[in-house]
Amino acid sequence: MLNSQGRPTRAGAASEKAHETFTGNHALQLEEALIFETGRLEVTGVDIDEPLPFTSALGGLERTSEIGLPGLSEPETMRHYVRLSQKNYAIDSGIYPLGSCTMKHNPRLNERLARLPGFADVHPLQPQSTAQGALAVIADLAHWLMTLTNMPAVAMSPKAGAHGELCGMMAIKAAIAAKGEGATRNVVLVPESAHGTNPATAALIGFQVRAIPAREDGTVDPVQVQAALGPEVAAIMLTNPNTCGLFEKDIVEIARVVHDAGAYFYCDGANFTAIVGKVRPGDLGIDAMHINLHKTFSTPHGGGGPGAGPVVLSDRLAPFAPVPFVLREGSWLRLVEHAEGEESFGRMTAFHGQMGMFVRALAYMLSHGSDGLKQASEDAVLNANYIRASLADLMSLPFGNRPCMHEALFDDVWLKDTGITTLDFAKAMIDEGYHPMTMYFPLVVHGAMLIEPTESESKASLDLFIATLRDLALSARNGETERFTNAPHFAPRRRLDETRAARQPILKWTPPQPVAQAAE
Amino acid sequence: MTIRYSKDHEYISVDGDVGTIGITDYAQNALGDVVFVELPSVGKAITKGGEAAVVESVKAASEVFSPASGTVVEVNSDLEATPSTVNEDPAGKGWFIKIKLSNPSELDELMDDAAYQDFLKTL
Amino acid sequence: MRYLPLTDVERGDMLAKVGAAHIDELFADVPHELRLKAPLDLPRRKTELDVERALARLSNRNLPAAAVSFFVGCGAYKHHIPATVDHLIQRSEFLTAYTPYQPEISQGTLQTLFEFQTQVAALTAMDVANASMYDGSTGTAEAVLMAHRITKRRKAILSGGLHPQYGDVVRTLSHMASDDVVSMPADIRADEDIIAEIDDATSCVVVQTPDVFGNLRDLTKIAEAAHAKGALLIAVFTEVISLGLIKPPGEMGADIVVGEGQSIGNALSFGGPYVGLFATRSKYVRQMPGRLCGETVDADGKRGFVLTLSTREQHIRRDKATSNICTNSGLCCLAFTIHMTLLGQTGLRRLARANHANAVALAEMLQGIPGVELLNKAYFNEFTLRVKGNAAAVIEKMAARDVLGGVPFSRLAPHSGYDDLIIVANTEVNTDEDRIAFVSALKGTL
Repeated sequence: MLNSQGRPTRAGAASEKAHETFTGNHALQLEEALIFETGRLEVTGVDIDEPLPFTSALGGLERTSEIGLPGLSEPETMRHYVRLSQKNYAIDSGIYPLGSCTMKHNPRLNERLARLPGFADVHPLQPQSTAQGALAVIADLAHWLMTLTNMPAVAMSPKAGAHGELCGMMAIKAAIAAKGEGATRNVVLVPESAHGTNPATAALIGFQVRAIPAREDGTVDPVQVQAALGPEVAAIMLTNPNTCGLFEKDIVEIARVVHDAGAYFYCDGANFTAIVGKVRPGDLGIDAMHINLHKTFSTPHGGGGPGAGPVVLSDRLAPFAPVPFVLREGSWLRLVEHAEGEESFGRMTAFHGQMGMFVRALAYMLSHGSDGLKQASEDAVLNANYIRASLADLMSLPFGNRPCMHEALFDDVWLKDTGITTLDFAKAMIDEGYHPMTMYFPLVVHGAMLIEPTESESKASLDLFIATLRDLALSARNGETERFTNAPHFAPRRRLDETRAARQPILKWTPPQPVAQAAE
Repeated sequence: MTIRYSKDHEYISVDGDVGTIGITDYAQNALGDVVFVELPSVGKAITKGGEAAVVESVKAASEVFSPASGTVVEVNSDLEATPSTVNEDPAGKGWFIKIKLSNPSELDELMDDAAYQDFLKTL
Repeated sequence: MRYLPLTDVERGDMLAKVGAAHIDELFADVPHELRLKAPLDLPRRKTELDVERALARLSNRNLPAAAVSFFVGCGAYKHHIPATVDHLIQRSEFLTAYTPYQPEISQGTLQTLFEFQTQVAALTAMDVANASMYDGSTGTAEAVLMAHRITKRRKAILSGGLHPQYGDVVRTLSHMASDDVVSMPADIRADEDIIAEIDDATSCVVVQTPDVFGNLRDLTKIAEAAHAKGALLIAVFTEVISLGLIKPPGEMGADIVVGEGQSIGNALSFGGPYVGLFATRSKYVRQMPGRLCGETVDADGKRGFVLTLSTREQHIRRDKATSNICTNSGLCCLAFTIHMTLLGQTGLRRLARANHANAVALAEMLQGIPGVELLNKAYFNEFTLRVKGNAAAVIEKMAARDVLGGVPFSRLAPHSGYDDLIIVANTEVNTDEDRIAFVSALKGTL
C-alpha cells in the first residue's frame, strides 16, 4: 500500500564511474551540431510575403545557382544558439584576469540605451538636421575623452584600437610630410615589449621599425631613446602604463627628448584604465593616444568585437585629423565630411564611427562621473596589487616584488624543472572555472603571465582566485603534472589540435562526399 | 660533402658549389609543429644573413637566414604538402632550398659539427 | 557605486595586505606635480535613472527611420531584424565573452564563426571567407593591400561606381603606404571603359556591384581582362541582400570579394558598428587579413573549432603581418549569422525578391513624372533619380514632409559635378503608403 517513489538518495552513497551517454551530452552540457547538419534548404524561420508578380529589372544578372545554405525555424534557431552560448566563458560568468584586455563589467544599462530607436534606427546619411542628438553623443563623448586626457582634439572614427593606432600614425606621417620631412623621417621606435599591433601599424604605412630594449625594471630608458633618436626618426610608440603593468616613470623626459629631436610621441592607450582621473596623458607630453572604448570604457567584447578606438590628438597633430568630425556652430552641430582645403589626411572608414559603442561608453562615463572613474582606476590598481602581494611568495615576478599598476606580471622562472609550462598552468586554471590570464605576452619576459583583475572584481572573488592559484602553484611545485599537462579535463572540449588546424585548414563546412557504392 | 652550421641553427650541406640549406634538429624542436614553409623563387639572389625562407609553427613565424650567399637553384616543394617533414627529418628530407654558392669562403666563418655541438651545450 | 564591489573596509584591508598606507602610494611613479588633485571639469556620478534621462533626451532629438517613409541607403540599409536575433546577441555568454583565444571554453563563439565563414563563402560563391572585418570600406582597403602582396604590384584601379567613401578610405591608406590609385570618374550609367585602364602595372581592379548608383554590373569581362594582365579583380558590395537574387561575384571571376554585411542582422546605428565580409580563393588564403576559424579535433577526438593560420596576424608576425587588425566584428558577425540562419537560402531569396519588387514598384510610379529621370537600366533595390533642381535641397524639402527620400550624391562626392542626383533605396519595410508619400513629396518639391 505504500506509494514507493523510487530509490531514496543518501549522501555518501557513491555511484560507480559515470558511463558514456548515447547523445554524448552530459546533463546540461549539450553537444550541438552545425546548422548545415541540422537545417534544411527549404526551411526558413522568417515569414516574408512573396511579392505579387512583377517585371524584374535585373538585366539578366539573376542568380541561377543555389546558394546552398539551409535555414532553421525560430525554435530550432533559439536552441542552436542558446546551446552554443553555454559553451562560452564570459565576464558575466567569471573573472577574466587577462592582462592588457581590461575585461571589466559591461553594464546592461548601456545595452538598453544603445537600443533606443533614436540611436539604433538612425541612418548615417539622413539629413543632419534629423540627427542632431546623435551628433551630440559624438560631441559629448569627444569632450569627455579630451578632458580626461587634456588633449585639444580627438578623432572619433577609428573602428578599433589597432585602427586608432593607424589613425594616430597617419596623422604623424601627414604632419611630417607637411614639414617637408616625409622622405627622411621614416623610422619609428618601438619598445621590445610592445603589443604586436604597434610594429604592424608602423610597417603598414611604410615606416621601418627600430626596437628599443627595456631596462631591468621593464621600463624604457630615456638615455636609450636619446641614443636611438636621429633625423630619420618620425616617432616613438610607447604604451603607458606599459605592457609589463608599470607606469613609465621617465615618460615626461622621453617626450622631451623625442620632441627635441623633431619627432612625435604616439601613446598606445590600451592600459589607460589604470590612470583615468589620476593623471592626464596630455600632461605627460604625448602627441596622440588611442583609447580602447571596449577596454577602458566598458563596451562589451562580444566574442571578439566590435571595438572602437578614438584617438586624442595634440595641437601639433590636430590639423591633420581625418574626416569626419563634429563642429559646434552655436546650438547647431555640423558633421564635416569633406576636408575643404584643410590638411586632414583623409578618411579612415565609411560613415562616422562606432556610434553604438559611443552611446555605451558615454552612458558608462555618465554613470561613473569623474569621481567614479577615478575610484574605478584606484580599485583596478588596488586589485592588481592585492593579487601580486598575495602570490609573490609562490610565483616569480620578473621585476621584483614592487608595486604595479592595474596588472601584475609574473614569469615562469618559478616553474623551472617542474615539467609544467605557463601554457599547462593556464589550462589547469580552466578546470578550476577560470579563464586563463594573458600568457606569453609581453615577449620580453619568459613564459609571461599577465594578470589584470579590473575594478569589477569583489574581494571575495579575488580571494577565491588567489587561493586557487596558490593551490595550483603548490601543486605544480609538488610535481603533480597530470593536473596540468592534460588539462583541461572538464571543459566542453579538451585541448584542441591546433597543428592540424593549421596544416590542413578546414575553414568552412562542405557536404560530406557520398560513399561510393562498392562494385559487386 | 661538407656540413656547416650557423648560430641561428641553420645548416648548409655543400656538394661542389651547391649548398643545401635547412634548419637543425634543435631549431625544429624549439619551433614546435611546423605548419607552413614559405620558400623563395628559383633564381632569387640571397646574401649571407638574408632571408632564405620563413617557417611557421602554430604560434610563431621565424625567418630562416641563409648561412651563405648565392642564387636559389631548387626549392623543396614537398614541404608545401607535408610541412611536418621539417620536424621529422630536418637534416634530410626536410631541406628548404639549394643555392649555387657565390662566395664559398663564407663557409669558413661557420661552425663545423663539433663546434655546433659545443655551441648547443652553452644554450 | 553600483559597478564597484569593493567597500571602504575592504579597501583598507587590501591596502594593508599590499603594505601601502594610502592608494596614492601605488601611483608613486606618476610624476608628483602632474597628479590630478582637483576633480576634472566633468559631471559627477549619476544614478541609472539620471543617465537614462540624459541619453533619452539626446535620442529624442533624432528622427528614427521607422517614424517616417524611409528610402535612405548608400551603404547602410533599413531592414527588418527578427526579435530572435537581438535576444540571442544579448545572452551573457555571447555579449560579454572575449576573443576565443582559449578554444576549450570558447566553442560557442568559434562554432558560430565557422558557420559565419561558411555562409559568407556560399553567398559570395567563393572558396573561403574570414571571420569578418570592421566594415565594408576598411575591408576594401585591406583587399587592395592583399592584391598588392599577391601580385607584387602597387597600383589599384577604382571603378567610378565605387561608393565614394570607400574610395576615400582606399585612397587614404594607399597614399600613406605610397601606393598608386587610379580613380575613375563617377560612372552614373555603368558604362565606363575600365578595361582600357588595366596595364602590366595594375595589381587590382576594384568594382562595386550593385554600385553606389544602384547599377548592376557584369564583372566577367573585367575579370578576364584583369587576369590577362596578371591583375586581380576585387568585387565590392554594400547591400548583401542582393546576393540572394543576383549573380554572385564568385561566379563572375572575382579573386577577392569584400562588402558590407550590415543589412543582415545589424541595425543602422548611425553608421556603426557594422560587419565587413571578406572572401577569396583557396590559393590566396594565407594572404587574407583578419581572423580565421578552422575545424579540428580535441584530445578525445571530438570535433572542435579554433582560430587558425594566426601566423599571418599582428600578434605573431609583428612588422611582417598581413595587416594590423586585432578585433573582428564579433557580435555584429554573430547577429549576421543568426539572422542568416533564420533566413536560410529560401528566406533570403524571398527577402531579396521583396526588396527588388518594391524598387520596381516605386520606379513604375515615378515613370512619366516631369523633372524626374530614372538613370538605371538594371538595379536591385537601389536606383538613382536625376531631378530638376538641387538634389540636396529636394531631400530637405521631402524631409519636411516626413519622407527621407534618399541620399543626394553630392553629399558623398561634392565635386563630382552631379548636384542633381538622388540615390533611392527600397527595402522590404517600404509599403504602398510609403511609396505614395514619396511620390507626393517629390512632386511637391519640383
